[in-house]
Amino acid sequence: MWLRQWKRYIRKKSRIIGSLGQPLLFLFALGFGLSPIFEAAGGGDYIQFLTPGVIAMTVLFTAVFTGMEIIWDKQFGFMKETLVAPVTRFEIMMGKTLGGATVSTIQGLLIFLVTFIAGFRPESYAMLPLAFLFLVLIAFMFSAIGTVIAARLDDMQAFPLIINFVIQPLFFLSGALFPLDNIPNVLRFVTNMNPLTYGVEGLRFALNGQSFFSPLTSIFVLVGVTIAVLLTGIYQFSKIEI
Amino acid sequence: MIKVENVTKKYGDFKAVDDISFEVKTGEVFAFLGPNGAGKTTTIKMLTTLIKPTKGKVFLDGHDVAENPSQTRKSFGIVFQDPSLDNELTAHENMYFHAVLFGLSKEESKDRINKLLELVELTEKKDQYVKFFSGGMKRRLEIARGLLHKPKVLFLDEPTLGLDPQTRKHIWDYIRNLNKEEKVTVFFTTHHMDEVEKMAEKVAVIDNGKIVFIGTLDEVKQKTGMQNLEDAFISLTGHEIREEEGNVGKFQMQVNRKLMG
Repeated sequence: MWLRQWKRYIRKKSRIIGSLGQPLLFLFALGFGLSPIFEAAGGGDYIQFLTPGVIAMTVLFTAVFTGMEIIWDKQFGFMKETLVAPVTRFEIMMGKTLGGATVSTIQGLLIFLVTFIAGFRPESYAMLPLAFLFLVLIAFMFSAIGTVIAARLDDMQAFPLIINFVIQPLFFLSGALFPLDNIPNVLRFVTNMNPLTYGVEGLRFALNGQSFFSPLTSIFVLVGVTIAVLLTGIYQFSKIEI
Repeated sequence: MIKVENVTKKYGDFKAVDDISFEVKTGEVFAFLGPNGAGKTTTIKMLTTLIKPTKGKVFLDGHDVAENPSQTRKSFGIVFQDPSLDNELTAHENMYFHAVLFGLSKEESKDRINKLLELVELTEKKDQYVKFFSGGMKRRLEIARGLLHKPKVLFLDEPTLGLDPQTRKHIWDYIRNLNKEEKVTVFFTTHHMDEVEKMAEKVAVIDNGKIVFIGTLDEVKQKTGMQNLEDAFISLTGHEIREEEGNVGKFQMQVNRKLMG
């Protein structure tokens, strides 16, 4: 299951390039466009600030999309082939989730390389393993979320809906684009509820050395949410009937 | 080999399958017939652990299908009504994926894959992507895949749907050979009565979720007093075209009724 996801990923070279496009657009347009204002406001280097957010975004999108490939599998009948195999539903779900997580982690690393070329420098190279840990956590969490959403849906029509009402809000209402200090209370409440916020903050801590939440809180929330999602997934998958 | 006891499957108030019982012996070729929407696919899904019966029990190779799905799944292979291959993988990779899922060892899967690809004459195409395959090639690959783990029962849900006569003949020749040489029990559905006449030893006819006939080919002709199976089938299930789910079917029915006066 995992291997299949990986093979499919490698084969879609155009998709790899394509999915790098959006984060880069954000990085360059917002990064260079807003950085004078950001600096004038005393926020420091905006590119430096934005990079962890953009990396998290890449991972978010790739992870949810690959998780949701299950819908395609259902539509093209391949799902049935896996469901009549003597493996448990749990194994199928984990395979899917792991596959998605791996693919999106790699994607995140690619973006990191690109930002590095664009001039981003991490605060300390010793912290890179921690950054990688956060990358993996984010990837795993959203891959699981994608898988769980897909287990419920039967066709691709719901896909734009998911993008507009789940993925986009998750991204814009996290700390990816703006610093979390001094934001209005309503927004603060929403961002605090958003699991991606903790992923971004964790990455930011690892890469920039500063963050709004402590990295321990972030790890705790990420792991907790992932476990909760996986448990939901196990329940959902045990009920799948075609 | 297969034993179905008083099985019912309800969707809400609708009984897709209504209290059916039958038995298929080891090594038998069993045709499961019925008009569209009669409950054929639902029954196959229950036999193959994809859905659970609302009531009743299904045994396959001695395993209780609902209680012991993993064991059951090792005993059968299936070719679904609609394609279930991964188009983004090659023929060989599709086979290999199946081997991994069924827990075959490396050497064993290598052997089996080569042998089966040979059998369905796809050896030369094994590294091509499935998306470039024709309908017949896909079917052949699916049959090969269904046989990979040496199942005792092979389920075929309209395996020749949309194929040309040459391919159909080819596929049935393989299946007959398999049944003879490896003693695989074959359970299939189809709308082509000539296939049933050539292949099946026993026939069951299902209509509106109920089994209306079960027996040998001769018995069905005797019972209905018809010369050929097609007429026998129609005399058992009536002339009316079946309403399928959705309004398109309903509309068609109305048109048909009007045309027939």
